[in-house]
Amino acid sequence: MKPLQGRVWKFGDDIDTDLIIPGRFLVLEPSEIALHVMEGIRPGFAELVGEGDIVVAGDNFGSGSSREMAPRALRKVGIVAVVARSFSRIFFRNSINVGLAPVECPDAHVIEEGQSIRIDFDRGEVVIVETGKRLVAVSLPDELAAIMEAGGMVEFLRTRVNGSQP
Amino acid sequence: MAMTLAEKIIARGAGLSEVFPDEVHWVDVDLAMIHDSGGPRRIWPMLDDLGVGVWDPDRVVLVADHYVPAQDTGAARILQTTRSFAAEFGITTFYEAEGISHTLLVEKGHLRPGMLYVGGDSHTCTGGVLGCLALGMGSTDLLGVLVTGRTWLRVPHTIDVHLEGSLRRGVTAKDLMLTMIGEKGMAGAVYRVLEFSGPAVSAMSIDERSVLTNMCAEIGAKTGVIAVDEVTISHFQDLGIEVDEGPSSDSDARFLETWHYDASETVPVIARPDRHDDVVPAADFDNTPIGRAYIGACTGAKYADLAMAAEVLAGRRVARGVVLQVAPASVGALSRAMADGTAQILLESGAQLLSTGCGACPGIGSGVLGPGEVCISTTSRNSRGRMGSPESKVYLGSAYAVAAAAVAGEIIDPLTLMGVPA
Ligand code: SF4
Repeated sequence: MKPLQGRVWKFGDDIDTDLIIPGRFLVLEPSEIALHVMEGIRPGFAELVGEGDIVVAGDNFGSGSSREMAPRALRKVGIVAVVARSFSRIFFRNSINVGLAPVECPDAHVIEEGQSIRIDFDRGEVVIVETGKRLVAVSLPDELAAIMEAGGMVEFLRTRVNGSQP
Repeated sequence: MAMTLAEKIIARGAGLSEVFPDEVHWVDVDLAMIHDSGGPRRIWPMLDDLGVGVWDPDRVVLVADHYVPAQDTGAARILQTTRSFAAEFGITTFYEAEGISHTLLVEKGHLRPGMLYVGGDSHTCTGGVLGCLALGMGSTDLLGVLVTGRTWLRVPHTIDVHLEGSLRRGVTAKDLMLTMIGEKGMAGAVYRVLEFSGPAVSAMSIDERSVLTNMCAEIGAKTGVIAVDEVTISHFQDLGIEVDEGPSSDSDARFLETWHYDASETVPVIARPDRHDDVVPAADFDNTPIGRAYIGACTGAKYADLAMAAEVLAGRRVARGVVLQVAPASVGALSRAMADGTAQILLESGAQLLSTGCGACPGIGSGVLGPGEVCISTTSRNSRGRMGSPESKVYLGSAYAVAAAAVAGEIIDPLTLMGVPA
């Protein structure tokens, strides 16, 4: 997978999907929902971020409900990856399916808000651009990298529907 | 090779004789569940985009539970889409407002021991109560399953959760799970399967057991499982369904850890706002007034929960200034409560009866909280804004604790109202 580089927005532990997209917004259309992303913890987030930005968080990111609008909304406002010490498993799956890279990085807490980081998937590392510090990241198993590389589950299925088996 | 219950089900699904933790496999799915919130309205456009239909309409259960009954035109539109989807794709089993998906799948006999079952909801893990592997996923994962009948799984490690002793009267599976989550934290079992066993589990009804597997979502687990025993077999007998014992863990299976809990020492506990792992004994509360008491959700409004509430509320009235709401988890639970007088006790105490469905639990349906409201609830989550306004506060407890608080007007130890020595 191609490396990604972007500006960091930092969050803490146990950021659940109710904080990422509160349930009361789920009745809205996806594009409107995205305007409320992170409203439960940082109101106004959608206006602050830009394409290519990266969210960094602590343990158990994306816990709670199975709502896929959480990673979808993050992607929609421009976030390309979430680097966290650990993920809730449904959020991890959902991210791969919607093309938002979930990067498990046990030392994610040393990264600071506003820094730039470079994620090198093939080497399994995250580099803090300002300091040159290298952090170990867990590589995605090949089966899952295949889905990410296809651009998410829909594109992955499209190749399958057209004949080739995963 | 010795395997755990979860590993055996995954091995069968993958067509392999054995599997090992952390391997990733593609597996065949036996049954899939989708609901009105994450189902048709999200999946249909993707099916159209791919130009394909559903792999097996007999193996898909569709449930409208989050937006029933419609509160506004947005919700009404979501329900219209859900119904049209059922018709368009010939989905054999479609329930609308008959109950919450997880309760229905258990009650209606859709799940069988040994099944590999996936659902588009994080509390799908509830189904593990019947000895199957029940896995919650998001919409696009379910799209993949609906199109191909397959999905990928990372083989999880299993933790053996051994529940010794027996619960005292007034103490519940909810108290056990909150105690465990309070101790281990919200991420206490991330990626793991919890397999519950021991005398305290054997003594529980299916309703109570299903709280153990349901709240696996709150400790971050992949799912929870309970191997088939006489209680499971008689549950199926009542439904007129013959089942065999299904898979169970080998005695020398590789468990990652064993957790021991003594149910006899468990006390009624409450999770404080806004974290369900901030858990303290109900007896420690002093002067915490509440204005709303909510008995609802797949976690806390099955028949057993309604009966617990009635045990406390019989001959008592809800305190002035408190609104007690009951949203039964299924029509089945409500009919049982109507047949044996439980429902009458609830109504006579002053409870409002809401429709069967998710209701206020996800902050979508009837009974949501306004700014400044303080609620005690039988649901499973209380993060900020979960049940409505971000300015509201939600405490979590058992149906006994919620009923006791409704009577007292503040959080109290339910045992004090039940004449059980502390
Ligand atoms: S009742 Fe609550 S926890 Fe259960 S499925 Fe509905 S929203 Fe989820």
